[in-house]
Amino acid sequence: MRSSGGGAAAPLWLRGMVWTVVGFLHVPLAMIVLYAFSAEDQSFVFPPPELTMRWFAVAWNDRPDVWRAIRLSLEVATCSTAIAIVLGTLAAGALARTRFFGREAISLLLILPIALPGIVTGIALRSAYSTLEIPFSFWTIVLGHATFCVVVVYNNAVARLRRTSPSLIEASMDLGADGFQTLRHVILPQLGSALLAGGLLAFALSFDEVIVTTFTAGQQTTLPVWMLAELVRPRQRPVTNVVAVVMIALTFVPILLAYYLTRADEPGAR
Amino acid sequence: MEIALEGAPRSLRLKLSDTLYRRRALLVLLLLVPPMLWVGAVYIGSLLALLANSVFRLDHFTGQVVREVGFSNFVALLEGANLDVVLRTVTMALLVTAACIALALPIAWYMARYASGTKKAALYLAVMLPLWSSYLVRLYAWKLLLAKEGAISWVLAELHLAWVLEGLLAMPMIGGHSLSFSPLGTFIVFVYLWLPFMILPIQAALERVPRSLVEASGDLGAPPATTFWRVVFPLAVPGIAAGSIFTFSLTLGDYIVPGVIGDSSMFIGQVVSLQQGTAGNVPLAAALSLVPIAVIALFLWGAKRLGAFDAL
Repeated sequence: MRSSGGGAAAPLWLRGMVWTVVGFLHVPLAMIVLYAFSAEDQSFVFPPPELTMRWFAVAWNDRPDVWRAIRLSLEVATCSTAIAIVLGTLAAGALARTRFFGREAISLLLILPIALPGIVTGIALRSAYSTLEIPFSFWTIVLGHATFCVVVVYNNAVARLRRTSPSLIEASMDLGADGFQTLRHVILPQLGSALLAGGLLAFALSFDEVIVTTFTAGQQTTLPVWMLAELVRPRQRPVTNVVAVVMIALTFVPILLAYYLTRADEPGAR
Repeated sequence: MEIALEGAPRSLRLKLSDTLYRRRALLVLLLLVPPMLWVGAVYIGSLLALLANSVFRLDHFTGQVVREVGFSNFVALLEGANLDVVLRTVTMALLVTAACIALALPIAWYMARYASGTKKAALYLAVMLPLWSSYLVRLYAWKLLLAKEGAISWVLAELHLAWVLEGLLAMPMIGGHSLSFSPLGTFIVFVYLWLPFMILPIQAALERVPRSLVEASGDLGAPPATTFWRVVFPLAVPGIAAGSIFTFSLTLGDYIVPGVIGDSSMFIGQVVSLQQGTAGNVPLAAALSLVPIAVIALFLWGAKRLGAFDAL
Protein backbone atom coordinates (compact mmCIF):
# COMPACT_ATOMS: atom_id res chain seq x y z
CA MET A 1 0.00 0.00 0.00
CA ARG A 2 1.35 3.36 -0.96
CA SER A 3 0.04 6.65 0.34
CA SER A 4 -1.60 8.93 -2.20
CA GLY A 5 1.36 11.29 -2.53
CA GLY A 6 3.80 8.47 -3.30
CA GLY A 7 6.69 7.35 -1.09
CA ALA A 8 7.17 4.30 1.06
CA ALA A 9 5.01 3.08 3.94
CA ALA A 10 6.01 4.14 7.43
CA PRO A 11 8.62 1.95 9.12
CA LEU A 12 7.30 -0.43 11.74
CA TRP A 13 8.94 1.32 14.70
CA LEU A 14 7.34 4.62 13.71
CA ARG A 15 3.89 3.07 13.51
CA GLY A 16 4.56 1.44 16.88
CA MET A 17 5.43 4.82 18.42
CA VAL A 18 2.34 6.42 16.91
CA TRP A 19 0.06 3.80 18.37
CA THR A 20 1.81 4.03 21.73
CA VAL A 21 1.26 7.79 21.87
CA VAL A 22 -2.37 7.48 20.76
CA GLY A 23 -2.85 4.83 23.44
CA PHE A 24 -1.18 7.06 26.03
CA LEU A 25 -3.61 9.84 25.13
CA HIS A 26 -6.74 7.72 25.18
CA VAL A 27 -6.37 4.89 27.71
CA PRO A 28 -6.90 7.30 30.64
CA LEU A 29 -10.16 8.53 29.09
CA ALA A 30 -11.28 4.92 28.62
CA MET A 31 -10.46 4.30 32.29
CA ILE A 32 -12.85 7.07 33.32
CA VAL A 33 -15.64 5.40 31.37
CA LEU A 34 -14.83 1.98 32.85
CA TYR A 35 -14.75 3.24 36.44
CA ALA A 36 -18.14 4.93 36.09
CA PHE A 37 -19.60 1.42 35.92
CA SER A 38 -17.49 -0.02 38.73
CA ALA A 39 -19.43 -1.54 41.64
CA GLU A 40 -16.54 -0.85 44.04
CA ASP A 41 -17.21 2.35 45.98
CA GLN A 42 -14.31 2.65 48.42
CA SER A 43 -11.11 2.43 46.40
CA PHE A 44 -9.76 2.68 42.84
CA VAL A 45 -9.15 -1.09 42.65
CA PHE A 46 -8.38 -2.44 39.17
CA PRO A 47 -9.93 -4.41 37.57
CA PRO A 48 -13.35 -3.40 38.95
CA PRO A 49 -14.85 -6.42 40.74
CA GLU A 50 -18.28 -5.97 39.16
CA LEU A 51 -20.00 -3.60 36.74
CA THR A 52 -23.19 -1.72 37.55
CA MET A 53 -25.36 1.14 36.26
CA ARG A 54 -26.38 2.02 39.80
CA TRP A 55 -24.26 5.14 40.22
CA PHE A 56 -25.77 6.86 37.20
CA ALA A 57 -29.14 6.61 38.94
CA VAL A 58 -27.69 7.90 42.22
CA ALA A 59 -26.04 10.87 40.51
CA TRP A 60 -29.21 11.63 38.54
CA ASN A 61 -31.67 11.40 41.45
CA ASP A 62 -29.94 12.13 44.72
CA ARG A 63 -27.38 14.82 44.03
CA PRO A 64 -28.94 18.27 43.52
CA ASP A 65 -25.48 19.81 44.10
CA VAL A 66 -24.25 18.28 40.83
CA TRP A 67 -27.23 19.67 38.95
CA ARG A 68 -26.75 23.14 40.42
CA ALA A 69 -23.09 23.08 39.41
CA ILE A 70 -23.86 21.95 35.85
CA ARG A 71 -26.49 24.66 35.55
CA LEU A 72 -24.17 27.43 36.73
CA SER A 73 -21.43 26.23 34.38
CA LEU A 74 -23.79 26.23 31.41
CA GLU A 75 -24.99 29.75 32.23
CA VAL A 76 -21.47 31.10 32.67
CA ALA A 77 -20.27 29.44 29.46
CA THR A 78 -23.23 30.83 27.49
CA CYS A 79 -22.70 34.42 28.64
CA SER A 80 -18.91 34.32 28.22
CA THR A 81 -19.25 32.83 24.76
CA ALA A 82 -21.72 35.51 23.68
CA ILE A 83 -19.38 38.28 24.84
CA ALA A 84 -16.37 36.56 23.28
CA ILE A 85 -18.11 36.18 19.91
CA VAL A 86 -18.90 39.91 19.74
CA LEU A 87 -15.45 41.09 20.86
CA GLY A 88 -13.51 38.43 18.94
CA THR A 89 -15.32 39.17 15.69
CA LEU A 90 -14.75 42.91 16.02
CA ALA A 91 -11.05 42.38 16.68
CA ALA A 92 -10.75 39.95 13.77
CA GLY A 93 -12.52 42.39 11.44
CA ALA A 94 -10.06 45.10 12.41
CA LEU A 95 -6.88 43.03 12.21
CA ALA A 96 -7.45 40.45 9.44
CA ARG A 97 -6.36 42.48 6.43
CA THR A 98 -4.71 45.55 7.85
CA ARG A 99 -1.15 46.52 8.57
CA PHE A 100 -0.47 49.36 10.96
CA PHE A 101 1.88 50.32 13.73
CA GLY A 102 0.91 48.54 16.94
CA ARG A 103 -0.98 45.75 15.21
CA GLU A 104 1.39 43.09 16.56
CA ALA A 105 1.04 44.53 20.05
CA ILE A 106 -2.75 44.31 19.84
CA SER A 107 -2.74 40.70 18.72
CA LEU A 108 -0.26 39.89 21.50
CA LEU A 109 -2.62 41.59 23.94
CA LEU A 110 -5.45 39.34 22.80
CA ILE A 111 -3.33 36.18 23.22
CA LEU A 112 -1.94 37.23 26.61
CA PRO A 113 -4.88 36.07 28.77
CA ILE A 114 -4.42 32.52 27.46
CA ALA A 115 -0.61 32.61 27.21
CA LEU A 116 0.00 33.67 30.81
CA PRO A 117 -0.58 31.04 33.48
CA GLY A 118 -4.19 30.92 34.66
CA ILE A 119 -3.13 31.58 38.21
CA VAL A 120 -1.70 34.99 37.25
CA THR A 121 -4.96 35.96 35.53
CA GLY A 122 -6.97 34.64 38.46
CA ILE A 123 -5.04 36.48 41.13
CA ALA A 124 -4.90 39.70 39.10
CA LEU A 125 -8.69 39.70 38.70
CA ARG A 126 -9.26 38.77 42.32
CA SER A 127 -7.13 41.57 43.67
CA ALA A 128 -8.75 44.00 41.22
CA TYR A 129 -12.18 42.97 42.54
CA SER A 130 -11.11 43.40 46.12
CA THR A 131 -9.48 46.79 45.45
CA LEU A 132 -12.62 48.04 43.69
CA GLU A 133 -14.79 46.35 46.35
CA ILE A 134 -16.77 44.38 43.80
CA PRO A 135 -18.52 41.46 45.55
CA PHE A 136 -18.25 38.00 43.94
CA SER A 137 -21.17 37.21 41.69
CA PHE A 138 -22.15 35.40 38.52
CA TRP A 139 -20.68 38.31 36.55
CA THR A 140 -17.28 38.21 38.21
CA ILE A 141 -16.89 34.68 36.82
CA VAL A 142 -18.14 35.69 33.37
CA LEU A 143 -15.74 38.64 33.26
CA GLY A 144 -12.75 36.35 33.71
CA HIS A 145 -13.97 33.68 31.30
CA ALA A 146 -14.90 36.08 28.51
CA THR A 147 -11.41 37.60 28.66
CA PHE A 148 -9.64 34.39 27.71
CA CYS A 149 -12.42 33.18 25.36
CA VAL A 150 -12.03 36.20 23.04
CA VAL A 151 -8.81 34.84 21.54
CA VAL A 152 -10.43 31.54 20.50
CA VAL A 153 -13.18 33.27 18.52
CA TYR A 154 -10.65 35.75 17.17
CA ASN A 155 -8.37 32.99 15.85
CA ASN A 156 -11.18 31.24 14.01
CA ALA A 157 -12.62 34.44 12.57
CA VAL A 158 -9.23 35.74 11.43
CA ALA A 159 -8.40 32.45 9.69
CA ARG A 160 -11.69 32.57 7.79
CA LEU A 161 -11.44 36.26 6.88
CA ARG A 162 -7.95 35.74 5.46
CA ARG A 163 -9.23 32.84 3.38
CA THR A 164 -12.17 34.83 2.03
CA SER A 165 -11.30 36.73 -1.12
CA PRO A 166 -11.55 40.53 -0.79
CA SER A 167 -12.84 40.65 -4.37
CA LEU A 168 -16.16 39.31 -3.02
CA ILE A 169 -16.59 42.49 -1.04
CA GLU A 170 -15.58 44.65 -3.99
CA ALA A 171 -18.00 42.79 -6.25
CA SER A 172 -20.81 43.37 -3.78
CA MET A 173 -20.03 47.08 -3.66
CA ASP A 174 -19.72 47.28 -7.45
CA LEU A 175 -23.18 45.77 -7.74
CA GLY A 176 -24.54 48.63 -5.68
CA ALA A 177 -24.68 47.31 -2.14
CA ASP A 178 -23.64 49.65 0.62
CA GLY A 179 -21.23 48.65 3.39
CA PHE A 180 -23.93 47.42 5.75
CA GLN A 181 -25.64 45.32 3.10
CA THR A 182 -22.29 43.82 2.21
CA LEU A 183 -21.66 43.04 5.86
CA ARG A 184 -25.00 41.36 6.23
CA HIS A 185 -25.31 39.50 2.94
CA VAL A 186 -21.69 38.77 2.04
CA ILE A 187 -19.30 38.94 4.99
CA LEU A 188 -21.39 37.47 7.79
CA PRO A 189 -22.59 34.43 5.78
CA GLN A 190 -18.93 33.73 4.91
CA LEU A 191 -17.98 34.08 8.54
CA GLY A 192 -20.93 32.15 10.01
CA SER A 193 -19.52 28.67 10.45
CA ALA A 194 -16.16 29.99 11.66
CA LEU A 195 -17.93 32.02 14.34
CA LEU A 196 -20.03 29.02 15.31
CA ALA A 197 -16.89 26.89 15.61
CA GLY A 198 -15.07 29.58 17.59
CA GLY A 199 -18.10 29.94 19.80
CA LEU A 200 -18.25 26.20 20.44
CA LEU A 201 -14.58 26.09 21.38
CA ALA A 202 -14.98 29.13 23.63
CA PHE A 203 -17.94 27.40 25.24
CA ALA A 204 -15.92 24.24 25.85
CA LEU A 205 -13.04 26.30 27.24
CA SER A 206 -15.26 28.22 29.63
CA PHE A 207 -17.26 25.13 30.64
CA ASP A 208 -14.02 23.42 31.66
CA GLU A 209 -12.10 26.31 33.22
CA VAL A 210 -11.13 25.86 36.85
CA ILE A 211 -8.00 27.85 37.72
CA VAL A 212 -9.27 31.37 37.03
CA THR A 213 -12.70 30.37 38.33
CA THR A 214 -11.46 29.40 41.79
CA PHE A 215 -10.25 32.99 42.23
CA THR A 216 -13.29 34.76 40.82
CA ALA A 217 -16.18 32.60 42.01
CA GLY A 218 -16.27 33.24 45.75
CA GLN A 219 -18.63 30.63 47.23
CA GLN A 220 -20.26 29.69 43.92
CA THR A 221 -19.64 26.21 42.52
CA THR A 222 -19.25 25.62 38.81
CA LEU A 223 -18.92 22.02 37.63
CA PRO A 224 -15.08 22.13 37.46
CA VAL A 225 -14.93 23.72 40.92
CA TRP A 226 -17.18 20.93 42.19
CA MET A 227 -14.91 18.37 40.55
CA LEU A 228 -11.80 19.94 42.09
CA ALA A 229 -13.38 19.79 45.55
CA GLU A 230 -14.11 16.07 44.98
CA LEU A 231 -10.53 15.48 43.83
CA VAL A 232 -9.08 17.08 46.94
CA ARG A 233 -11.68 15.77 49.41
CA PRO A 234 -13.63 12.85 47.91
CA ARG A 235 -17.20 12.58 49.19
CA GLN A 236 -18.82 9.85 47.11
CA ARG A 237 -16.28 8.48 44.63
CA PRO A 238 -18.70 6.62 42.31
CA VAL A 239 -20.70 9.81 41.76
CA THR A 240 -17.47 11.63 40.87
CA ASN A 241 -16.74 8.89 38.32
CA VAL A 242 -20.17 9.33 36.75
CA VAL A 243 -19.84 13.13 36.61
CA ALA A 244 -16.42 12.72 34.99
CA VAL A 245 -17.99 10.71 32.15
CA VAL A 246 -20.70 13.33 31.73
CA MET A 247 -18.04 16.06 31.54
CA ILE A 248 -16.16 14.17 28.81
CA ALA A 249 -19.35 13.71 26.84
CA LEU A 250 -20.39 17.35 27.26
CA THR A 251 -17.08 18.69 25.95
CA PHE A 252 -16.64 16.16 23.12
CA VAL A 253 -19.79 17.27 21.31
CA PRO A 254 -18.89 20.95 20.78
CA ILE A 255 -15.30 20.05 19.88
CA LEU A 256 -16.30 17.53 17.22
CA LEU A 257 -18.82 19.99 15.79
CA ALA A 258 -16.25 22.78 15.72
CA TYR A 259 -13.80 20.49 13.94
CA TYR A 260 -16.24 19.65 11.15
CA LEU A 261 -17.17 23.32 10.73
CA THR A 262 -13.60 24.58 10.25
CA ARG A 263 -11.81 21.64 8.64
CA ALA A 264 -10.94 23.68 5.56
CA ASP A 265 -9.37 26.49 7.63
CA GLU A 266 -6.81 24.18 9.25
CA PRO A 267 -3.38 24.68 7.72
CA GLY A 268 -2.58 20.95 7.74
CA ALA A 269 -5.98 19.46 6.94
CA ARG A 270 -6.96 18.34 3.48
CA MET B 1 -25.38 48.27 14.66
CA GLU B 2 -26.50 47.04 11.29
CA ILE B 3 -29.98 46.06 12.48
CA ALA B 4 -30.66 49.46 14.01
CA LEU B 5 -29.51 51.11 10.82
CA GLU B 6 -31.77 48.99 8.66
CA GLY B 7 -34.64 51.29 9.66
CA ALA B 8 -32.67 54.52 9.24
CA PRO B 9 -33.15 56.61 6.13
CA ARG B 10 -31.12 55.23 3.25
CA SER B 11 -29.25 58.43 2.59
CA LEU B 12 -27.85 58.55 6.11
CA ARG B 13 -26.89 54.91 5.93
CA LEU B 14 -25.14 55.40 2.63
CA LYS B 15 -23.24 58.36 3.93
CA LEU B 16 -22.04 56.41 6.94
CA SER B 17 -21.19 53.41 4.81
CA ASP B 18 -19.21 55.56 2.37
CA THR B 19 -17.34 57.29 5.14
CA LEU B 20 -16.37 53.99 6.71
CA TYR B 21 -15.36 52.47 3.39
CA ARG B 22 -13.18 55.40 2.38
CA ARG B 23 -11.62 55.94 5.77
CA ARG B 24 -10.37 52.49 6.66
CA ALA B 25 -8.46 53.80 9.66
CA LEU B 26 -11.67 55.07 11.21
CA LEU B 27 -13.38 51.72 10.63
CA VAL B 28 -10.49 49.80 12.14
CA LEU B 29 -10.44 52.13 15.12
CA LEU B 30 -14.19 51.75 15.68
CA LEU B 31 -13.92 47.97 15.46
CA LEU B 32 -11.03 47.90 17.90
CA VAL B 33 -12.52 50.06 20.63
CA PRO B 34 -14.77 47.47 22.33
CA PRO B 35 -12.28 44.56 22.43
CA MET B 36 -9.45 46.85 23.50
CA LEU B 37 -11.59 48.42 26.20
CA TRP B 38 -12.40 44.95 27.50
CA VAL B 39 -9.04 43.27 27.31
CA GLY B 40 -7.07 46.46 27.92
CA ALA B 41 -9.04 47.89 30.80
CA VAL B 42 -10.16 44.72 32.54
CA TYR B 43 -7.23 42.45 31.96
CA ILE B 44 -4.17 44.65 31.60
CA GLY B 45 -5.51 46.95 34.30
CA SER B 46 -5.79 44.19 36.88
CA LEU B 47 -2.49 42.67 35.76
CA LEU B 48 -0.62 45.93 36.23
CA ALA B 49 -2.34 46.55 39.56
CA LEU B 50 -1.18 43.12 40.72
CA LEU B 51 2.37 43.66 39.55
CA ALA B 52 2.49 47.06 41.20
CA ASN B 53 1.81 45.18 44.43
CA SER B 54 5.09 43.31 44.04
CA VAL B 55 7.11 46.37 45.14
CA PHE B 56 4.94 46.93 48.23
CA ARG B 57 5.30 44.89 51.37
CA LEU B 58 3.09 43.28 53.95
CA ASP B 59 3.23 44.54 57.51
CA HIS B 60 3.23 41.25 59.40
CA PHE B 61 1.87 42.81 62.61
CA THR B 62 -1.13 44.57 61.17
CA GLY B 63 -1.64 42.27 58.17
CA GLN B 64 -2.00 45.36 55.98
CA VAL B 65 -0.20 46.05 52.73
CA VAL B 66 2.23 48.95 53.17
CA ARG B 67 2.39 51.04 50.00
CA GLU B 68 6.06 51.91 50.03
CA VAL B 69 8.25 51.04 47.10
CA GLY B 70 10.89 48.48 48.02
CA PHE B 71 12.40 45.28 46.78
CA SER B 72 12.06 43.09 49.86
CA ASN B 73 9.80 40.62 48.01
CA PHE B 74 12.36 40.03 45.31
CA VAL B 75 15.03 39.48 47.93
CA ALA B 76 12.67 36.98 49.58
CA LEU B 77 12.39 35.14 46.26
CA LEU B 78 16.07 34.27 46.43
CA GLU B 79 15.87 32.89 49.96
CA GLY B 80 16.19 29.14 50.57
CA ALA B 81 12.61 27.86 50.52
CA ASN B 82 11.35 30.16 47.77
CA LEU B 83 14.39 29.60 45.59
CA ASP B 84 13.88 25.84 45.95
CA VAL B 85 10.30 26.21 44.77
CA VAL B 86 11.33 28.29 41.76
CA LEU B 87 14.10 25.87 40.78
CA ARG B 88 11.88 22.81 41.29
CA THR B 89 9.14 24.30 39.09
CA VAL B 90 11.48 25.42 36.31
CA THR B 91 13.25 22.02 36.31
CA MET B 92 9.91 20.23 36.07
CA ALA B 93 8.81 22.53 33.25
CA LEU B 94 12.04 21.85 31.33
CA LEU B 95 11.80 18.07 31.79
CA VAL B 96 8.13 18.00 30.82
CA THR B 97 8.90 20.06 27.71
CA ALA B 98 11.75 17.72 26.72
CA ALA B 99 9.58 14.62 27.20
CA CYS B 100 6.75 16.17 25.19
CA ILE B 101 9.13 16.95 22.31
CA ALA B 102 10.43 13.37 22.30
CA LEU B 103 6.93 11.89 22.24
CA ALA B 104 5.46 14.43 19.83
CA LEU B 105 8.10 14.31 17.07
CA PRO B 106 7.40 10.77 15.79
CA ILE B 107 3.61 11.11 15.73
CA ALA B 108 3.78 14.59 14.17
CA TRP B 109 6.17 13.28 11.53
CA TYR B 110 3.88 10.35 10.81
CA MET B 111 0.83 12.62 10.54
CA ALA B 112 2.61 15.02 8.19
CA ARG B 113 4.49 12.52 6.04
CA TYR B 114 2.64 9.21 5.91
CA ALA B 115 -0.99 9.62 6.94
CA SER B 116 -3.54 10.94 4.48
CA GLY B 117 -7.27 11.17 4.02
CA THR B 118 -9.39 9.51 6.68
CA LYS B 119 -6.39 8.27 8.62
CA LYS B 120 -5.00 11.76 8.93
CA ALA B 121 -8.34 13.20 10.02
CA ALA B 122 -8.71 10.40 12.59
CA LEU B 123 -5.24 11.00 14.00
CA TYR B 124 -5.85 14.73 14.11
CA LEU B 125 -9.03 14.18 16.10
CA ALA B 126 -7.29 11.64 18.32
CA VAL B 127 -4.83 14.37 19.31
CA MET B 128 -7.33 17.21 19.48
CA LEU B 129 -10.03 15.55 21.58
CA PRO B 130 -7.83 15.08 24.66
CA LEU B 131 -6.50 18.62 24.21
CA TRP B 132 -9.95 20.11 24.54
CA SER B 133 -11.56 17.65 26.92
CA SER B 134 -11.77 18.45 30.59
CA TYR B 135 -8.46 19.10 32.29
CA LEU B 136 -9.79 17.97 35.67
CA VAL B 137 -11.29 14.79 34.31
CA ARG B 138 -7.98 13.88 32.67
CA LEU B 139 -6.19 14.58 35.93
CA TYR B 140 -8.75 12.43 37.74
CA ALA B 141 -8.15 9.62 35.25
CA TRP B 142 -4.53 9.53 36.34
CA LYS B 143 -5.54 9.35 39.96
CA LEU B 144 -7.35 6.15 39.01
CA LEU B 145 -4.42 4.84 36.96
CA LEU B 146 -1.62 5.69 39.37
CA ALA B 147 -3.30 4.62 42.62
CA LYS B 148 -1.56 1.85 44.56
CA GLU B 149 -4.42 -0.55 43.77
CA GLY B 150 -4.91 0.98 40.30
CA ALA B 151 -4.44 -0.24 36.74
CA ILE B 152 -0.72 0.44 36.29
CA SER B 153 0.28 -1.53 39.40
CA TRP B 154 -2.08 -4.31 38.34
CA VAL B 155 -0.70 -4.57 34.81
CA LEU B 156 2.90 -4.56 36.07
CA ALA B 157 2.05 -7.23 38.65
CA GLU B 158 0.41 -9.41 35.99
CA LEU B 159 3.55 -9.07 33.85
CA HIS B 160 5.72 -9.93 36.90
CA LEU B 161 7.35 -6.51 36.61
CA ALA B 162 6.23 -5.09 39.96
CA TRP B 163 9.88 -4.89 40.96
CA VAL B 164 10.49 -2.24 38.28
CA LEU B 165 7.89 0.01 39.84
CA GLU B 166 9.22 -0.64 43.34
CA GLY B 167 12.73 0.16 42.17
CA LEU B 168 11.57 3.45 40.60
CA LEU B 169 9.63 4.47 43.68
CA ALA B 170 12.59 3.68 45.93
CA MET B 171 14.77 6.13 44.02
CA PRO B 172 15.46 9.45 45.73
CA MET B 173 14.20 12.64 44.00
CA ILE B 174 11.62 10.93 41.80
CA GLY B 175 10.19 8.20 44.06
CA GLY B 176 7.64 8.22 46.83
CA HIS B 177 5.04 6.25 48.71
CA SER B 178 3.20 5.25 45.51
CA LEU B 179 3.05 6.58 41.96
CA SER B 180 0.27 9.00 42.81
CA PHE B 181 2.36 10.45 45.65
CA SER B 182 5.67 10.81 43.80
CA PRO B 183 7.33 13.48 41.65
CA LEU B 184 7.48 10.80 38.93
CA GLY B 185 3.67 10.73 38.98
CA THR B 186 3.48 14.53 38.74
CA PHE B 187 5.83 14.41 35.76
CA ILE B 188 3.80 11.73 33.94
CA VAL B 189 0.57 13.66 34.43
CA PHE B 190 2.06 16.94 33.19
CA VAL B 191 3.42 15.21 30.08
CA TYR B 192 0.04 13.62 29.45
CA LEU B 193 -1.89 16.87 29.90
CA TRP B 194 0.25 19.05 27.66
CA LEU B 195 1.38 16.56 24.98
CA PRO B 196 -1.29 17.53 22.41
CA PHE B 197 -0.15 21.17 22.68
CA MET B 198 3.23 19.99 21.40
CA ILE B 199 2.04 17.58 18.70
CA LEU B 200 -0.20 20.03 16.81
CA PRO B 201 2.31 22.86 16.17
CA ILE B 202 5.07 20.40 15.22
CA GLN B 203 2.70 18.71 12.82
CA ALA B 204 1.76 22.10 11.32
CA ALA B 205 5.46 22.92 10.85
CA LEU B 206 6.31 19.53 9.30
CA GLU B 207 3.28 19.73 7.04
CA ARG B 208 5.13 22.48 5.15
CA VAL B 209 8.22 20.37 4.51
CA PRO B 210 8.07 19.43 0.83
CA ARG B 211 8.25 15.70 0.21
CA SER B 212 10.85 16.30 -2.49
CA LEU B 213 13.23 17.72 0.11
CA VAL B 214 13.22 14.45 2.04
CA GLU B 215 13.52 12.45 -1.17
CA ALA B 216 16.42 14.59 -2.35
CA SER B 217 18.25 13.94 0.89
CA GLY B 218 17.73 10.20 0.41
CA ASP B 219 18.81 10.36 -3.25
CA LEU B 220 22.00 12.10 -2.23
CA GLY B 221 22.79 9.11 -0.06
CA ALA B 222 21.73 10.14 3.43
CA PRO B 223 20.41 7.29 5.59
CA PRO B 224 16.96 7.96 7.15
CA ALA B 225 18.46 8.95 10.50
CA THR B 226 20.71 11.57 8.87
CA THR B 227 17.80 12.90 6.83
CA PHE B 228 15.78 13.23 9.98
CA TRP B 229 18.41 15.08 12.01
CA ARG B 230 19.85 17.22 9.23
CA VAL B 231 16.73 18.01 7.17
CA VAL B 232 13.49 17.34 9.01
CA PHE B 233 14.42 18.32 12.56
CA PRO B 234 15.71 21.83 11.71
CA LEU B 235 12.47 22.50 9.84
CA ALA B 236 10.47 21.29 12.86
CA VAL B 237 12.19 23.76 15.20
CA PRO B 238 9.60 26.56 14.84
CA GLY B 239 6.87 24.05 15.71
CA ILE B 240 8.87 22.72 18.65
CA ALA B 241 9.38 26.27 19.92
CA ALA B 242 5.67 27.04 19.59
CA GLY B 243 4.71 23.84 21.43
CA SER B 244 7.29 24.52 24.12
CA ILE B 245 5.66 27.86 24.89
CA PHE B 246 2.53 25.96 25.85
CA THR B 247 4.11 23.07 27.75
CA PHE B 248 6.47 25.42 29.57
CA SER B 249 3.95 28.09 30.47
CA LEU B 250 1.26 25.62 31.49
CA THR B 251 3.62 23.68 33.76
CA LEU B 252 5.03 26.84 35.35
CA GLY B 253 1.63 28.17 36.28
CA ASP B 254 -0.20 25.01 37.26
CA TYR B 255 -1.10 24.70 40.91
CA ILE B 256 -3.66 21.89 40.79
CA VAL B 257 -1.69 18.94 39.41
CA PRO B 258 1.09 18.91 42.05
CA GLY B 259 -1.54 19.20 44.76
CA VAL B 260 -3.51 16.18 43.55
CA ILE B 261 -0.69 13.95 42.26
CA GLY B 262 2.69 14.24 43.91
CA ASP B 263 4.55 14.41 47.21
CA SER B 264 4.04 17.45 49.39
CA SER B 265 6.80 19.59 47.84
CA MET B 266 5.47 22.89 46.49
CA PHE B 267 5.43 24.43 43.04
CA ILE B 268 5.28 28.15 42.17
CA GLY B 269 1.55 28.12 41.51
CA GLN B 270 0.78 26.53 44.87
CA VAL B 271 2.93 29.03 46.78
CA VAL B 272 1.35 31.96 44.91
CA SER B 273 -2.09 30.64 45.70
CA LEU B 274 -1.17 30.08 49.36
CA GLN B 275 0.44 33.49 49.82
CA GLN B 276 -2.49 35.18 48.18
CA GLY B 277 -5.16 33.19 49.98
CA THR B 278 -4.39 31.89 53.46
CA ALA B 279 -1.35 34.04 54.19
CA GLY B 280 -2.88 37.18 52.66
CA ASN B 281 0.54 38.30 51.47
CA VAL B 282 -0.47 39.72 48.09
CA PRO B 283 2.86 41.55 47.55
CA LEU B 284 4.88 38.34 47.84
CA ALA B 285 2.34 36.47 45.67
CA ALA B 286 2.68 39.22 43.06
CA ALA B 287 6.46 39.02 43.12
CA LEU B 288 6.28 35.24 42.76
CA SER B 289 3.91 35.43 39.81
CA LEU B 290 6.42 37.68 38.11
CA VAL B 291 8.72 34.64 37.87
CA PRO B 292 6.58 32.72 35.36
CA ILE B 293 5.78 35.95 33.51
CA ALA B 294 9.47 36.78 33.19
CA VAL B 295 10.45 33.25 32.17
CA ILE B 296 7.67 33.13 29.59
CA ALA B 297 8.55 36.57 28.23
CA LEU B 298 12.13 35.37 27.77
CA PHE B 299 10.83 32.22 26.13
CA LEU B 300 8.49 34.12 23.79
CA TRP B 301 11.33 36.39 22.76
CA GLY B 302 13.53 33.40 21.97
CA ALA B 303 10.68 31.62 20.21
CA LYS B 304 9.97 34.63 18.05
CA ARG B 305 13.57 34.55 16.89
CA LEU B 306 13.12 30.89 15.94
CA GLY B 307 10.00 31.75 13.97
CA ALA B 308 7.58 29.98 16.30
CA PHE B 309 4.70 32.32 15.63
CA ASP B 310 4.48 31.30 12.00
CA ALA B 311 3.80 27.74 13.17
CA LEU B 312 0.99 28.60 15.58
